Amino acid sequence: MSELTLFLLRCGYLAILWIFVLAAVSVVRADMFGTRVPATAKTKSGPKGKAPKQPPPRRRGAPTHVIVVQGVNAGARAELDGRPILIGRGNDAAIRLDDDYVSTRHARIAQSGDQWFVEDLGSTNGTYVGTARISQPTTLTLGAQVRIGKTILELRK
Amino acid sequence: MSQVTSASPDQFVHRSRRGAELFLLILALGVGAGAYAAVGLGIQGEVPPDMIGYTGWLAVLMIAAHVAIRMTAQYADPILLPVVAALNGLGLAVIHRLDLANNSNFARQQLIWMTLGVVLFIVTITLLRDHRVLQRYTYTSGLLAIGLLLLPMMPIIGNEVRGARIWINVAGFSFQPGEIAKLLLVITFAGYLVLHRDALALAGRRLLFVDLPRGRDLGPILGMWLVSLGILVFQRDLGSSLMFFGMFLVLLYVATERPGWLVVGGALFVAGAFLGYQAFSHVRNRFDIWLSPFDYVDRTPGSGQLVESMFGMAWGGLIGRGFGEGQPWRIPFAESDFIMGAIGEELGLTGVMAVILLFAIIVERGLRTALVCRDGFGKLVATGLATIVALQVFVVVGGVTTLIPLTGLTTPFLSYGGSSLVANWVLVGLLLRISDQARRPLPGVEEPYGTYDSGADEATQVVKVVKP
Repeated sequence: MSELTLFLLRCGYLAILWIFVLAAVSVVRADMFGTRVPATAKTKSGPKGKAPKQPPPRRRGAPTHVIVVQGVNAGARAELDGRPILIGRGNDAAIRLDDDYVSTRHARIAQSGDQWFVEDLGSTNGTYVGTARISQPTTLTLGAQVRIGKTILELRK
Repeated sequence: MSQVTSASPDQFVHRSRRGAELFLLILALGVGAGAYAAVGLGIQGEVPPDMIGYTGWLAVLMIAAHVAIRMTAQYADPILLPVVAALNGLGLAVIHRLDLANNSNFARQQLIWMTLGVVLFIVTITLLRDHRVLQRYTYTSGLLAIGLLLLPMMPIIGNEVRGARIWINVAGFSFQPGEIAKLLLVITFAGYLVLHRDALALAGRRLLFVDLPRGRDLGPILGMWLVSLGILVFQRDLGSSLMFFGMFLVLLYVATERPGWLVVGGALFVAGAFLGYQAFSHVRNRFDIWLSPFDYVDRTPGSGQLVESMFGMAWGGLIGRGFGEGQPWRIPFAESDFIMGAIGEELGLTGVMAVILLFAIIVERGLRTALVCRDGFGKLVATGLATIVALQVFVVVGGVTTLIPLTGLTTPFLSYGGSSLVANWVLVGLLLRISDQARRPLPGVEEPYGTYDSGADEATQVVKVVKP
């Protein structure tokens, strides 16, 4: 076996070794930066994968919809069918408000058991139930007023 | 004052990444099989005749481990297994190369041990579905570890090899129980510290910018110090004693976030090293050899091994002699303690750097697992396992390159040595199990609505709050 072949063999093996090291490092790198995305992936597969849940049988006296009672979008409403309702200025919101004081994703109304909760999603101006600014999910009763920006919403039967 | 409200509750969700693992495994197979082929070409001038069988067997082992991960630990770290497989394959080839020179048969045995290691790896991740179960066995595993450490001292089964009394002989097999004990000790320390860290962290007084712990809290660290000294005195095993104490110290620091423990531990270590130097000739001998290796070449016990390895690494230079072109058989026990010397001679600095980087990746993945892990026990176990690998590599490579005095420890995954290899495969199994738990998305915390709509992120006006 000639000198040259041996030299090429030597360099070739070192190259294989380093290709492996660099590939491993690049996977480490992808693992670090590529992990914040799956919200997109999930919604794409979400509707297909999961059968839509039947809303639980409604009790008498339970709220049926959220309605905007005061503000630019007064009269806008969303049905409460068990799914969480997003409120904000963004296009994906269930109740879309054209209120400059409302954040893109401002608050969310969600059901837990028989109760409905409102939760602030880190909005700029905060969410108020009655006169108190909420910092954690807060129970909503019929007729309680939720103030978001210059808009007031209510749960109605 | 206006700001975009993009505070979406978008959480960090890890992907499964099993495809990337498979891709890296194929490259790792290339590293292992390529080294084997290069050894054959370099020494015998032809590709070894059993090349296909050997590569096939390596591939079977890797695919078995990969499938086991796919089935039981879907979200486990994708990099650990390929890196370990590559190191193991490289180690096998280097041992095989030394076998061809020495007419020994270590590589075949190492392949059998590797098979056993992979089997135990699969058993570990299959049977252990949740690492938190291990916390129940905190004290049991501690007792077991002490029992295992005492086994080599027993009269019949204990066995002394080259001055170190760390082997046992059972039914014709020799085994180092200390290798299993190190895993059990990590579980013990993690379980203990996760319960008692508040007491260890909060009490204490401040002295010269460092929070020193209370006297009554020194119990565990003193106990561990005595155990390490005991290993040093009775088993004459410098490396294990250093590794156990260092691992305990790191865990103590990580659990309490108090550098005071490092000060206390460092002082204890210096005291122990000084006592060892004064009292034991073998410690003094190692120390003298470290300071001036060339003065002790012809003595026994001398530094012949170290000096041969240094000459070999110098001869290897930047890109090495190439497989089969060097003379690594001149180093006594090159296949176990001094495998880094053999790699340095035949693959050069370039190869040694690649190997050290691979070890660094293993340690990084271990610490990363500890970072993303959600429970304190898992965090501490992952830190402890990563620390073991880091300390072991540091002690061995530092010893071979005369950065620190030479202590007898095996290089993880590379060196010949069944107990070490099997224990390290189990270690990787534990790490993968913890990382699977850590990276798996939380059940039930799903985003109920769609993507964040970036088209509508105009500035939200801020209400001027009038303070009453």
